[in-house]
Amino acid sequence: MTARVGVVTFPGSLDDSDASRAVRLAGAEPVSLWHASDALDVDAVILPGGFSYGDYLRCGAIARFSPVMGEVIREAAKGMPVLGICNGFQVLCEAHLLPGALIRNDRRTFVCRDQKLRVESADTVWTLDYRPGDEIVIALKNGEGNFQADAETVKRLEGENRVVFRYLDVNPNGSINDIAGITNERGNVVGLMPHPEHNVEELAGASIDGLGFFTSVQRFLAATVS
Amino acid sequence: MARVIVDVMPKPEILDPQGKAVTGALRRLGFSGLAVRQGKRFEIEVDGDVTPERLDDIRRAAETLLANTVIESFDVRTEQ
Repeated sequence: MTARVGVVTFPGSLDDSDASRAVRLAGAEPVSLWHASDALDVDAVILPGGFSYGDYLRCGAIARFSPVMGEVIREAAKGMPVLGICNGFQVLCEAHLLPGALIRNDRRTFVCRDQKLRVESADTVWTLDYRPGDEIVIALKNGEGNFQADAETVKRLEGENRVVFRYLDVNPNGSINDIAGITNERGNVVGLMPHPEHNVEELAGASIDGLGFFTSVQRFLAATVS
Repeated sequence: MARVIVDVMPKPEILDPQGKAVTGALRRLGFSGLAVRQGKRFEIEVDGDVTPERLDDIRRAAETLLANTVIESFDVRTEQ
């Protein structure tokens, strides 16, 4: 059976269509999920980039309490793969599915660039098609991508190999320890600021280095979904 | 109608890029020796009296939604 990967649309989401295309290109079936729905008939969920609820209050703060997120939080606790990209990463931090928070870029400007990253961990359901140490180039575009956490949390993330991606060459936003993406204890929830869904086809991206996220979860689900 | 104020501020150890930008702009305007940190103020109209239970409710609301206590602290008070 083809794995069903849900892509949530919040009011203000921008990259839900690209995320769905990436899922399809990797061989899984994308399923559109509306933020007000509380039924999740999917095998995995992607929270896409954008400006959910206009970034009012804090990025992701209001989306975190949408009906669909109640289900996402419940299913994530049972092991369902969840990927948060950019605004989706902010939602995951606000929902406490991932530790820390994303604050305004230290350079105070919106940053949009092809960003080099190092894959630090292939030990998540979203990165198992990479190898630790792989260097990839992925589109990055954010104004509030500065990952911060208290010293103890950062030490735990580093010690438990839960930093999944690190910025190379340039730290575009001031994130502590050049952290671009992290995972939870179980490795089923991953959040990152760069946008792998924009790097899945040669025609439209600087690389196709992002495809591995979607093939990873597809391979994971193919092995578990019956 | 009673009013409760919730002030939310970035924690001291958290970088405040907005506050830094404002500090720089003030310096350029000639207001010297001022260091700004920028937060948020919520004015909440409360139906009926502000009882201790009501204040506790609002503290819970602040902790749940108005502030992200990973990076922000908050203060709840009744406006006189």
